[in-house]
Amino acid sequence: METILEIGSLHYYMAMIWFVLWGVLWAIYFMLDGFDLGVGTLLPFLAKNEAEKRAMFNATGPFWDGNEVWLIAAGGVTFAAFPYAYAQMFSGLYTALMLLLFTLIVRGVSFEFRSKVDSDAWKKIWDTAHAVCSFLPALLLGVAFGNIFQGIPLDETGFSQAGLLGLLNPYGIAGGILFVSIFLMHGALWLCIRTTGELQVRAEGIAVKLWPGVVVLTVLFLAFTALSTKLFNNYLVYPVLFVILLLPVAGLVLMRTYLGARKYWMAWASSCLYIGGTALFGVVGIFPALIPSNPNPANSLTIMNSASSLLTLQIMLGVALVFVPLVIAYQFWAYKTLATPMTDEDMHY
Amino acid sequence: MDVLMLSRLQFAAATMFHFIFVPLTLGLSVLIACMETAYVRTGNEVYKKMAKFWGKIFLVNFALGVVTGITLEFQFGTNWSRYSAYVGDIFGSLLAIEATAAFFLESTFIGVWHFGWEKLSPKAHATTAWLVAGASNLSAIWILIANGFMQNPVGYTLRNGRAELTDFFAIIVNKYAWLEFFHIIPASLLLAGFFLMGVSAWHLLRKSNESFFKKSFNIGVTVALVFSIFTAVEGHIHGNNMSLTQPAKLAAMESHWVTQRNAPMNLLVIPGEDGNVLEALPLPGVLSFLAYNDFNAEVKGLNDFPKEDRPPVILTFLSFRLMVGLGTLFPLLAGFGWLMRNKLDKYPLYLKVLPYCIPLPYIAIWAGWTLTEVGRQPWIVYGLMRTSDAVSPVATGEVGFSLVLMTLLYSLLGAAGIWLMIKLAKKGPEDNSPIQV
Repeated sequence: METILEIGSLHYYMAMIWFVLWGVLWAIYFMLDGFDLGVGTLLPFLAKNEAEKRAMFNATGPFWDGNEVWLIAAGGVTFAAFPYAYAQMFSGLYTALMLLLFTLIVRGVSFEFRSKVDSDAWKKIWDTAHAVCSFLPALLLGVAFGNIFQGIPLDETGFSQAGLLGLLNPYGIAGGILFVSIFLMHGALWLCIRTTGELQVRAEGIAVKLWPGVVVLTVLFLAFTALSTKLFNNYLVYPVLFVILLLPVAGLVLMRTYLGARKYWMAWASSCLYIGGTALFGVVGIFPALIPSNPNPANSLTIMNSASSLLTLQIMLGVALVFVPLVIAYQFWAYKTLATPMTDEDMHY
Repeated sequence: MDVLMLSRLQFAAATMFHFIFVPLTLGLSVLIACMETAYVRTGNEVYKKMAKFWGKIFLVNFALGVVTGITLEFQFGTNWSRYSAYVGDIFGSLLAIEATAAFFLESTFIGVWHFGWEKLSPKAHATTAWLVAGASNLSAIWILIANGFMQNPVGYTLRNGRAELTDFFAIIVNKYAWLEFFHIIPASLLLAGFFLMGVSAWHLLRKSNESFFKKSFNIGVTVALVFSIFTAVEGHIHGNNMSLTQPAKLAAMESHWVTQRNAPMNLLVIPGEDGNVLEALPLPGVLSFLAYNDFNAEVKGLNDFPKEDRPPVILTFLSFRLMVGLGTLFPLLAGFGWLMRNKLDKYPLYLKVLPYCIPLPYIAIWAGWTLTEVGRQPWIVYGLMRTSDAVSPVATGEVGFSLVLMTLLYSLLGAAGIWLMIKLAKKGPEDNSPIQV
């Protein structure tokens, strides 16, 4: 039940635009939810008392909800622009996705539930739930994208089942570890922005310690990628594309420089650059597939065989051109208004 | 059980759980925005206190509604991948538009609203409340347009082995979708009204924060009365339209088997899946009238639908009865409260009953959705795709495992969430110093 687009047709270019937007949405999602998942994972390691725990929750409290919608949007765009790939990706990764959703659910309610009962045991339950359910999504997303980079064993019908255990192959796990480390770093930088005093000093210390780890893991991951995926093929055909790798490299260097200079906003923005660059690297690597098939690349789900009708892609583009800039504008405003270093006033709840 | 049945159960469980929280979000968000506006206009602190008190309960409710909504979008891919591939061109784009145009707005500004009390001017803060309320309801429009397509598919053509979009305008002006919208939005306001009435009645009986809850009760009872009438009238119009677009659903919800003119409505019916077990006390022509506003109209009976095209009769029939029965009770309950609103202390029994009435609109709304969705069976998209052709080719074990885990998790979170909301509601507004009304 698939269309096959003719390369060079209007429909093809429209689908290509959506492929780019698809990558952009995932990248923004990782940049935004990445830091609040990181902060959540750091909770048991950084906060020493109730006030610091409260501060860590409130550091991400105003934003996590809006951040998570980028995941809904990325999922929705896959559904709308590449329904065939959506159907495959989500049913193929069934158990992993269900676990991701369940952890995000528990995490989401922990923000609201925790403070509503004055009991240490109650708070302890939600602190633990929050940390575990921040760590697992980071890991699962990394495992999922690692497997997509590597290729999923699709059959001719496109439908296949990659059980959870099948996803936990070495490269998939490497993807998971990389994602967790990136999000931890990103979260630590966010805490430097929003906290003050001792907690900030500790957050900065963690960020400084994490940085070399992220560098080493990035290099190892790239080497592993070269060995066990076809992600570099496009790059070898068009070597000029290697320029893309300058983005994450620049992100890493700037991140450390600004961190040293205690320009936390800039350090966090550099971390965004790193995340965006890494996502772009992956998206260009799998092009023109959304879900590459491995071992048989002929079964890949691509721009050509999974796109929606031309009319749908056009209408969606109109909607995106109006609303995405608007969303970015008001989210920017919300960050500007609320992402200030926290004072006592921010500690209610 | 097979994957189909497990997936249906999972979807039913996920939507019904999600729909404990959504209607209150839709209705209460509007009432809170009104309270804040009243505060900005009059400067009366009591309205700010109201917005804060109801807002706190709202936030717990909102969190559960949001997180359980995410599961629904992804379930189309995980459990109904053949459906997603077949109608994704249309259905997927509607969900994507919902996320971009509404959900972002709602989720971004709920954070600003929650954490912005001290950082924004009262006017700007009230604006964020309206943005949340507006976006929640806008979100409902897109979701119902998507559901409207499943109920009454329009604007598509079958091409490349799937339903492709041909007329976007036809899809967004789908009458079925808008009738659903104008039924569910007033129903949500009715629910919010009963919620305010129930909680306020509990406090009024205990004479705690009397002036605060008197005012809250008055808002609740007025909203409940107006919108219970609106919901009922609109429900009738919706039924008329449904009898034209989904005759099998109409026949099932009335358990009407024999095609006839001047079709009666039987006051006493025991329905069965192959004909009624008992039919008695017919009111001649009433069914024809309810369906087509004409006592002599012909109403097609279930016998004239092939067996494989008939919806489950008993469930559809009962959920319709339950919805209508409760829908009749609501204006009576609210009407009494509205008439007696200035001498409520003379009717302690009424006040005692009201908190127990809070679940009733929820049950009515659940019954309404059961009628809508079960009555559409065996089709996932009416007349176009069967539910059995829509399910993902995933392993039974995987679906079974996720269903058990989901049920467990949702039960725990739901119980904790409802317990929290009750606790917050009983606690009352934070500052107990006397307020000027």
